[in-house]
Amino acid sequence: MMSSRIRPIVIKEFRQISRDRRTLGVLLVIPAFMLVMFGYALNFDVRRVPLAVCDQDRSRASREFAESFLHSEYFDLKHRLSDAREIDGLMGGERVRVALVIPPDFSERLLGGREATVQVLVDGANASAAATAVGYVGAMAQDHSSKIAIRASARTGRPGVPLPIDYRPRVWYNPELKSAKFLVPGLIGFILMITAVISTALSVVREKEQGTIEQIVVSPIRPVELILGKTIPYILISLAATAIILLVSYLLFDVAVRGSYLLLFGVTLLFLAGALGLGLLISTVADSQQVAFQMALLVTMLPTFLLSGFVFPIRNMPLPVQAITHIVPARYFLVALRGIVLKGVGLSALYDQALFLLAFAALTLGVSSARLRKIL
Amino acid sequence: MKTILHIIRKELLQFRRDPKMFSISFIAPIFQLLVLGYAANLDVTDLPTVVCDLDRSAASRELLRTFSNSGYFELAWEVTRMEDVDPYLETGEASIAVVVPRGFGDRLTAGRPAGLQVIADGSDANSATIGLGYASALTARYSQRVIVQRLERLGRPDAQPARIAPEVRVWYNPELKSRNFMVPGILGLLLLVMTMMLTSLAIVKEKEVGTMEQLVVTPIRPYQLIIGKLAPFTLIGLVDIVLILLVAAFWFNVPVRGSVPLLFGLCVVFLMTTLGLGLLVSTLSRTQQQAMITSAFFVMFPMNFLSGFIFPIENMPELIQYLTYLLPPRYFFVILRGLFLKGVGLEQLWDEVVILSIMGVAILTLSALRFRKKLG
Repeated sequence: MMSSRIRPIVIKEFRQISRDRRTLGVLLVIPAFMLVMFGYALNFDVRRVPLAVCDQDRSRASREFAESFLHSEYFDLKHRLSDAREIDGLMGGERVRVALVIPPDFSERLLGGREATVQVLVDGANASAAATAVGYVGAMAQDHSSKIAIRASARTGRPGVPLPIDYRPRVWYNPELKSAKFLVPGLIGFILMITAVISTALSVVREKEQGTIEQIVVSPIRPVELILGKTIPYILISLAATAIILLVSYLLFDVAVRGSYLLLFGVTLLFLAGALGLGLLISTVADSQQVAFQMALLVTMLPTFLLSGFVFPIRNMPLPVQAITHIVPARYFLVALRGIVLKGVGLSALYDQALFLLAFAALTLGVSSARLRKIL
Repeated sequence: MKTILHIIRKELLQFRRDPKMFSISFIAPIFQLLVLGYAANLDVTDLPTVVCDLDRSAASRELLRTFSNSGYFELAWEVTRMEDVDPYLETGEASIAVVVPRGFGDRLTAGRPAGLQVIADGSDANSATIGLGYASALTARYSQRVIVQRLERLGRPDAQPARIAPEVRVWYNPELKSRNFMVPGILGLLLLVMTMMLTSLAIVKEKEVGTMEQLVVTPIRPYQLIIGKLAPFTLIGLVDIVLILLVAAFWFNVPVRGSVPLLFGLCVVFLMTTLGLGLLVSTLSRTQQQAMITSAFFVMFPMNFLSGFIFPIENMPELIQYLTYLLPPRYFFVILRGLFLKGVGLEQLWDEVVILSIMGVAILTLSALRFRKKLG
């Protein structure tokens, strides 16, 4: 009986996992920990940008304009300067990121009904945060301008000129534009990939290093059984981790699964099968745990973090790098996860993704079982 | 001294005998820098956009032309019915949809507000925020033009209301290329990963194999052992610094505006903290697997994510912001950005340099003491 030979391996693996408390803790606690990190601490929302104001006009109008920045949650006034030359040092040491210089003729020009310029200096080192901050400054100036126009028209009794275009932005799937919603599905893929590959990458190498592989060789276990026995425990642990992540992200960040749970489970299982196959493959290639670990990190951590669209949009990458992303399984898994969790799409929209994950799992499991056969 | 040299020679011999170690130490960082440099890109340009122009007037075409000419939006698809927009956003093919309602041009000429709908796929919150910022700026500029044209037609071109015009100037990184922000950060990251991992693994390996006990019974003193063990990795770290700097400056053309010797010197200071951490991890771990997991999850993860490399520190909750003061890379990233992009000198970075040096000495001393106790 095949199953009677798989069971003892599963039990033995579980025992080994439970004996190494630290590893088990890492596999279960780290996902939850990272989730909380990503949910609360890590985001691209640009808020509380440290700001310096140099008001050379010192009029009511200029104070009012500067105040409007303080009342928004986007900026945090750190320094009031009397000399614009101080900005140089503050910006260089990263004490402020944006500086406003209001020129001496600001109120005069505004009262004269002319265009008043304000100098906005932005620390461009962090390009994406800088682009967002520039957008905020533009919107606030626009806002303040229309306030002035309304007041002017009230004073003169003439009806004000309404803005010709009524611009109505709408955001789908994530109306508050919280980056947690963007990052959580990515995080599931990231964590699963790393834990699944690393834990199985060490499983066979360890036996090789400790010499217990010889015992397996002389036993009647077949490669398929060994693979099943070695992967089933990790599949269970990884599925438990996924459930924990989904639960925590629902409780803390309101990330509810809009699509079908069954589909989510199926896609996750496909992805896991591929990841575990990859881990086993590494395990059969490497000849020490150290090498296995380094290889596992190299093929999982960086590609999954960088080349899957987890944080960095794939469309920005140069074409050769975009081509590489096509062989990163997490790329497909992430599209599927975001589709199911955030957008509530069904299998018909995710056909390609599911197909690729299936092919990847078949390939890695096939090759690693062939290699195992050679070893045994 | 002679004893130390013997240990160093033995370590280097071991290093030479393992060809995989060579590629892990020198080829892997360069490879990672290349991939990261190309992939870690948060620029928002050419956002794939689907257009639904229900008006098809001269005005709507002109507005859409300002969108496509801006370089921020790539008007890749055109649909004729509003509901045809959905599938593009669902599959993630398009990130932005622009809908011009029927009667847009007529309303504009009649002087009534004309609606314009812009829909963003919020599942990528970062791109959506920046994209909507650009869309709103483009629309505002177009509105301004319409107002001016209107007033000119009425024969009173000077009657336009007073407004505030922000004049934005971006310092250090005028084209807002996120690569210029990422590549210096990657240098810090790779140094941390390479030196800390390799150090902790090499020491724990001796524990695992049992050769550490042989070393303990020899007349080698603990401090000689520590120096002998750390020296080769310092050397690897130094070579890595040079390699990475060369690739950053000559391949990615990231400007190095500050002093290169200062940059090199401060890299060495940072190296002290990473080697110290490697030593510390080795005292906390019995097996290589534990060492890897400890360094990957408990040291590298928080340091990558909480040091301001990708995610801005000012977005984090206050409690975590305080925590980030304990992380050496936090200071190192400020130094790196200052010396690469801003061209600042020692006086602007004084705080960071002092703190980093204190941390380096403290970590190294502490872990050396712990290491000695473990041996004795």
